[in-house]
Amino acid sequence: MSQNGAKPKIAFFDFTSCEGCQLTVIDSLQDHPELLDVVEIVQFREAMSEKGEDYQVAFVEGSCTRASDEERLIKIREQASLVVALGSCAHLGGVNALKSLHPLEDVRRYVYGENADWYETYDARPIDKVIDVDFAIPGCPIDRDEFIAVVKTLLLGKKPQIPDYPVCVECKLRENNCLFTKGKVCLGPVTRAGCKAICPSYGQPCEGCRGMIPNPNNESMHELLAEHGLSSKDINMIYTMFNAYQVREKLIQE
Amino acid sequence: MNKRVDVHHVTRVEGHGNIVVEIADGQLKECRFDVVESPRFFEAMLRGRPYEEASHITSRICGICATGHATTSLRASEKALKVQPSLQTQLLRKLSFHGEILDSHILHVYMLVAPDFLGVGSVIPLASSNPEVVLRALRMKKLSGDMCATVSGRHTHPIAMMVGGFTHFPKESELVELRQRLVDISDDIDATVDLFASLKWPSFERDTEYISLTKPDEYAFIDGDLKSSDGVVMPTDQYQEILKEFMVKHSTAKYSRHLRDGYMVGALARFNNNYEQLNPRAKDAAKKIGMIPKVTNPYLNSGTQVVEIVHCIEESVLVIDQLLEMGLQKEEPLPVALSDSQGIGACEVPRGLLIHHYWIGKDGKMTGANCVIPTNQNYANLEADMRELVPQIMDKPVEAMQKDLEMLVRAYDPCISCSVHVLMVDD
Repeated sequence: MSQNGAKPKIAFFDFTSCEGCQLTVIDSLQDHPELLDVVEIVQFREAMSEKGEDYQVAFVEGSCTRASDEERLIKIREQASLVVALGSCAHLGGVNALKSLHPLEDVRRYVYGENADWYETYDARPIDKVIDVDFAIPGCPIDRDEFIAVVKTLLLGKKPQIPDYPVCVECKLRENNCLFTKGKVCLGPVTRAGCKAICPSYGQPCEGCRGMIPNPNNESMHELLAEHGLSSKDINMIYTMFNAYQVREKLIQE
Repeated sequence: MNKRVDVHHVTRVEGHGNIVVEIADGQLKECRFDVVESPRFFEAMLRGRPYEEASHITSRICGICATGHATTSLRASEKALKVQPSLQTQLLRKLSFHGEILDSHILHVYMLVAPDFLGVGSVIPLASSNPEVVLRALRMKKLSGDMCATVSGRHTHPIAMMVGGFTHFPKESELVELRQRLVDISDDIDATVDLFASLKWPSFERDTEYISLTKPDEYAFIDGDLKSSDGVVMPTDQYQEILKEFMVKHSTAKYSRHLRDGYMVGALARFNNNYEQLNPRAKDAAKKIGMIPKVTNPYLNSGTQVVEIVHCIEESVLVIDQLLEMGLQKEEPLPVALSDSQGIGACEVPRGLLIHHYWIGKDGKMTGANCVIPTNQNYANLEADMRELVPQIMDKPVEAMQKDLEMLVRAYDPCISCSVHVLMVDD
């Protein structure tokens, strides 16, 4: 990872996002200030005025939502040897992709009225639709422990491993009472773990922010949700909160 | 004299904005703050979603003010659905709300503003030259984040808050521990006040209208009436009479004005309007920094944030004391009354007055929404400040002018991502 023992140079970029993932990176310094000793941050617009263009690892937060974003992404890909998507928006499209459930023209007029043409926009999409991405750290926001673990592994020149199993595994390990037994519905069975089942642990059903596991059993999931009284519309609703881009062509038709 | 200041993507602010200033033949020709943040259309996205999702979706407008958006969102839904939260719910929300005010202000003053005063580009070089300052900031931020985590699971995108209550409650031992940490951080608070009292603040004065919430019995953060320093107080339900929004071509965010060509919201506005309700330690801090109302130097917005840091630490101890005395109950969330309804929630989030106005159908689905974001409300005032400041600094070299203008923008603590998400009325 490092060249001639020099500290690897890293940079942070943000596109259409809330910047919550970058804030979580800053917060991870509270328990791991030593991170600043092992990397050199050359660009991080939100926190730094210094600006270097010789980064080797680029962390990108946010979705691509307009044609001019593509140019910026391509430039980043050309410079960095590693590109890491940071958080749901960059990884999946995230909440931004809810926009695609409505016709684009309608959405533009609704917000900006007759001045809609002043502002450039298209369907929100994950950054891997524009450039190759070496790794994605999922979540909305990212989990700060997972972030530190991923950075450590990357610094050792290895490929990070994140769980392929569902949130239910972590929920059980925390000895939570399953929310289904409390009359709630939860996307835990099809969502990727790694967050320590934080939402169910605070009494809130999993909303799928980390994306689906490889090969999710959506058929059974739909059956289970229907058994708990959800209509097809309701099922589409909860699937689309964070995974609108992924499921847009697979929404249940009435 | 011909000069141009062009800053593409101002650093050390949340979101993307550009400064454009042009002087031709000694006259100010162009003076703008361009908001170039990509529009995200949250307003359109809320339509048709169940009301239960509103606070989860709108917290994603912003990472720094996530808890503020979520709380305001819940208040809007509760007004619409005729839910009056219990005292325990109000106190728990206050605790996490104070946690976010602290987290945001500490981030802003230490990491976004202080570098300019200490001659560095960011907090990162300070980690080698003044490590005790950086470690202090991280310690204080950790405590603030832990306050939010204890109540709702996390600060960025809170989890346990819902319409009518909570899905999770802290243990009393967690509150006791938190209280002790709030008391123990006292030295760090004093050091913070001393640091910011020692800085040479830029001197620039421009009187303007200051707008904030106000309450009879406490320094208002959650709920209240609208107060203008120009002598108007009115119920928040009438916000559309006071906050008139308009669009400008160079900005993806909307602007706002009332009685003058712009008005200011944020810590400075709260300080000017509600100074009497600050606790004694906070007033002391204000004195040390050399501030008594009416403060008309926008750079001192950061100074009033330091005062609010002091205030919120003290108030949070009182909130915890009250919760412990009452004893925490695992309250079920209150029932809602569904009908075709609308409700207005208003809070003072770190950067100023935030309003969420929701329309909810009798099937529980959102039919429309309108949001007034603090940063939008500041843009017209910021540009008015720039127009007044530039003639005062135009004899300086361009680099120095650029620094003064960047510091002015930073003083406002803009949250630019938030500001491109003004929600619209569905007529």
